[in-house]
Amino acid sequence: MYQTDMYEGMVAETITMHGANGDVINAYFARPLGAGPFPGMVLIHHLPGWDEWYREATRKFAHHGYLALSPNLYFREGHGTPEDVAAQVRAAGGVADAQAMGDVEGAMRHLRSLPTCNGKVGVFGTCSGGRQTVLVASRVPGFDAAVDCWGGRVVMSQEDLTEKQPVAPIDYTNDLTCPLLGLFGEEDQAPTLAQVDEHEAALKAHGKTYEFHRYADAGHGFFYYDRPAYRQEQAVDGWQKVFTFLATHLST
Amino acid sequence: MCTMISHQAKIFGSGKGTAGWFELNAANVTYDHPFHIRLEHALNIDFVNEAAGPGARVAVELTPESARELAHKILATLDQAEGDGWLHEHHEAQE
Repeated sequence: MYQTDMYEGMVAETITMHGANGDVINAYFARPLGAGPFPGMVLIHHLPGWDEWYREATRKFAHHGYLALSPNLYFREGHGTPEDVAAQVRAAGGVADAQAMGDVEGAMRHLRSLPTCNGKVGVFGTCSGGRQTVLVASRVPGFDAAVDCWGGRVVMSQEDLTEKQPVAPIDYTNDLTCPLLGLFGEEDQAPTLAQVDEHEAALKAHGKTYEFHRYADAGHGFFYYDRPAYRQEQAVDGWQKVFTFLATHLST
Repeated sequence: MCTMISHQAKIFGSGKGTAGWFELNAANVTYDHPFHIRLEHALNIDFVNEAAGPGARVAVELTPESARELAHKILATLDQAEGDGWLHEHHEAQE
């Protein structure tokens, strides 16, 4: 807990890193000043893009003592405003799961290679990034904690599967390698409460360590202060749960 | 959450973006998260030139009701123009 007589400082900047297939992509990196060692967090941005909210969230994790790295999953789509790039990706049906997982794995390896890292790395994502969080925590070894905020399409019907999203993340539940925190709004349409329940049942059945919280009077994206979905009370509680969970699993 | 509902129309026309007029070659129609309208999901139309990069985009975000109204009015306008014998002009524009 911060005290007013403590020194505080951070650096936040754009860097490059190796993502899927060894591609060099850019990423936003925020880190506390000092030798650490600090735990690492990979932030997976949402469908609306690698936007200002995600830069702020990345700095928020650094403020709380994490080496926070948010890879630009849309790097290969060209450059422009985050909205214009995200609109192009939206029209293309998102990015392929395999590519996103490769980029997130690259970010995890980048963090773990740093001399200031304590050796533990978590992953956080919202919306499509929440789904990708579940996916990467199941398919890529090396994460120590995962935070899924309202990721839809974790549960998918056969009709939902596409070339880019060939397998529903819930089908990989047995492979989940780290504790999972899930935050959901009861009024969300995707994921619905029934889908959250189905995911929770799968986690239980496979004996996984998880913690799910369902918030009343909240829908999709209730952390986003710049959208009508924002819910102040639920967002404050949700952020507390995120940092409590991460402190438990990423401290050394 | 993202619906991934997306369709593309190949089009010929011009759009006015932040840098002025440019040639359009596609309209991306999605029912998914908008950026501005105060809705979780909206009918989004991005008029784009795919060869000119992500910034070559004219965006609209509509409620489902207004999108249907727009679609009906576009078709009604074209029907009337066709009935009045005006549509032969578009062949000249594309040449």
